[in-house]
Amino acid sequence: MANGSLANDVSYLEYEGKHKGIMGWLLSVDHKRIGLMYLMGILVFFFVAMTLGVLMRLEMLTPGETIMKPSTYNSVFTLHGVIMVFLFIIPAIPAVFGNFMLPIQIGAKDVAFPRLNLFSWYLYMIGAILAIVSLFTGGGAADTGWTFYVPYSIRSAQNVSMTTLAAFVLGFSSILTGLNFVVTIHRLRAPGMTWFRMPLFVWGLYATSWIQVLATPVIGITLALIMLERFMGIGVFDPALGGDPILYQHLFWIYSHPAVYIMILPAMGVVSEILPTFARKDIFGYKQIAISSLGIALIGYLVWGHHMFVSGMSDTSRIVFSLLTFLVAIPTGVKIFNWVATLYKGSIKFSAPLYYVLGFIFIFSIGGLTGLVLGALATDIHVTDTYFVVAHFHYVMFGGMGIMFFATMHYWFPKVFGKMYNEKLAVVACTVIIIGFNVLYFPFFIMGYMGMPRRYYDYLPQFEGWHILSTVGSWILVSGIVFMFGNLFYAMLKGPKAAVNPWGGTTLEWKVPSPPPLENFDEIPIVTGGPYVHNKSTYIMHPSKESINANGANKTVNQEAAL
Amino acid sequence: MHEGSSHGGAHVHRDDEGSKMAMWLFLFTELLLFGGLFLLYGAYRFEYADGFKVAAADMNSFIGAVNTIILLTSSLSVALSIAAIQRNQKRLTMAMLWFTILCGIAFLINKYFEWSHEIHNGIYPGGPALENMSNGEVIYFGLYYVMTGLHGLHVIVGLIFIGFIMNFISRDKITSTNYQKLENAGLYWHLVDVIWIFLFPLFYLLH
Repeated sequence: MANGSLANDVSYLEYEGKHKGIMGWLLSVDHKRIGLMYLMGILVFFFVAMTLGVLMRLEMLTPGETIMKPSTYNSVFTLHGVIMVFLFIIPAIPAVFGNFMLPIQIGAKDVAFPRLNLFSWYLYMIGAILAIVSLFTGGGAADTGWTFYVPYSIRSAQNVSMTTLAAFVLGFSSILTGLNFVVTIHRLRAPGMTWFRMPLFVWGLYATSWIQVLATPVIGITLALIMLERFMGIGVFDPALGGDPILYQHLFWIYSHPAVYIMILPAMGVVSEILPTFARKDIFGYKQIAISSLGIALIGYLVWGHHMFVSGMSDTSRIVFSLLTFLVAIPTGVKIFNWVATLYKGSIKFSAPLYYVLGFIFIFSIGGLTGLVLGALATDIHVTDTYFVVAHFHYVMFGGMGIMFFATMHYWFPKVFGKMYNEKLAVVACTVIIIGFNVLYFPFFIMGYMGMPRRYYDYLPQFEGWHILSTVGSWILVSGIVFMFGNLFYAMLKGPKAAVNPWGGTTLEWKVPSPPPLENFDEIPIVTGGPYVHNKSTYIMHPSKESINANGANKTVNQEAAL
Repeated sequence: MHEGSSHGGAHVHRDDEGSKMAMWLFLFTELLLFGGLFLLYGAYRFEYADGFKVAAADMNSFIGAVNTIILLTSSLSVALSIAAIQRNQKRLTMAMLWFTILCGIAFLINKYFEWSHEIHNGIYPGGPALENMSNGEVIYFGLYYVMTGLHGLHVIVGLIFIGFIMNFISRDKITSTNYQKLENAGLYWHLVDVIWIFLFPLFYLLH
């Protein structure tokens, strides 16, 4: 049976084409190299934004000025948000692991438009550099919060224009990646891979890509209008000229709410990959999970108004948006119950990626349920713009996407680098991260409920105890993260060689060598069944060779002929 | 054997159907980009119906109509260029594309005169004439400059796109059997045309 050994191919990491050394990476159109280039950029920005987050926590350790001035604090939380949202959370899983794994999982040699793919990476880097440059030029870093709400963003003397330009460019990169993925999934699936034989990670990426394509242009024009307002004062958002700031909020959230699902859907896709592998069991309710991704994407478009319950919308629209918001819970609940059902009576093998997934289910459930508190009108009005909201979106964004990003790195690490990490240390790091996360963010719920407003520089003394607890949590969390990256980085350099399929996964990426060769497959495989069938292979890896073998030809002779 | 053609660097991969699909998706994103502005136009027209009527009365619908005719004609010529390349008539293809480019430039020249006339009269964001106008008129002209300006930008991008395509045709990279790039350029140019078809009544005809 084919085990995907392509011994005569060099891996994509060692392959040398037209360009050598660093240019071999910067000019590479190979989806795997581009994925790794995204990974490098994204990790750098993650560390920058994490550092900003720690600085904010230090500032909030005691009331009054601790380590920075109020204006600096405004810039720090804006940049923390902008970098985390636009440079890390939105692109991380689709751009890194989507690029790397999508073509392999559907049995393709590359994405549909490899050069466009490289161009997206350059756009991402240009956007990122603009964001960094905006820190040090103009009147200083933007201080509006990552939402750039008017009229403050029009009047602020800080460098808002450049930061919005950065987000604009990043949006372009996101659109092109989404477009590339949609066409790739439609056009490049291997023979026999019908829609309902695609791995669920691919389904997650497919839903995400549609949101990227259909929502991002709206934020593009919204941010462009902020720049035009600042430079020319056209008046559409400026109340002094008759414009309406609430229209800005509508346009902003028409994108930015679906963007929340850009963040979480790929992460949910990875959950659906990891669970069947480590439960050694077919996933429960494959079709329901696949379709619920599209359901979340679809309803995700209709709920943006729940960010604006206190902005002065009409009562009717508030009630409608509140109702629609509750509907998102249905496809999300479908996923959660199917995941738990997959574990039921599974032959579970506990290892680091699965620990992260279990942590994710715990944290994301808290995040999701507190979402109902915010989606319901009456309770939202009590906790709006408090730390409760901050806690909620850190639970769903960091706890959902961030924790799953760590899980993804552990799950596909052997495939990407061909090395194994230290399992015990990975589990320790995971435990520290999950504990630190909850110690850091759970007090936010309590403080928010007690009335601590978000974005405030100073606070009343009764919150001090909770702030101290939370700040201590940030230290635990950061040590866990640093420890985790240390473990992975060491493994990348010195780790033992990984097997082709260390976890017993059933999808196509586990049939090709670790790390994969340049073109993934020397011959496009044929798919004969669903992606999560254990005990039986559903892929024919060397179609022509196997037909020759079936005719009685000698396999070794064939391999020699291939040399 | 494995170091042969299949590993020669870039993946050689041609998929006309896929590239057309990508172009359509991209055009959707362009529609949505303008969609945000159309939404603003609708909301403000509802809020300031009177101001919009007063402001629109100032517009020169003759220039607008001329520009509409020019763009529609250019859409025809781009379509004809695709028909020509399918019949392997390279010179006719080039002629049709040259004609399209001339139309695009004529459109921009018209736009230039129109804008400079208004700017001369002090009608521009922050301009002296706007200070005496009502909020509705200010926003009308704000949207007018943003929407026609963004459309003008798309005309320029379309012209550059067609320029590249003509370069490909002259070097025989686009031929009667491989003309998907030209078709995509044509689709883009039609989009520019279609958006104008909406802008024209919104700004010039609705009094």
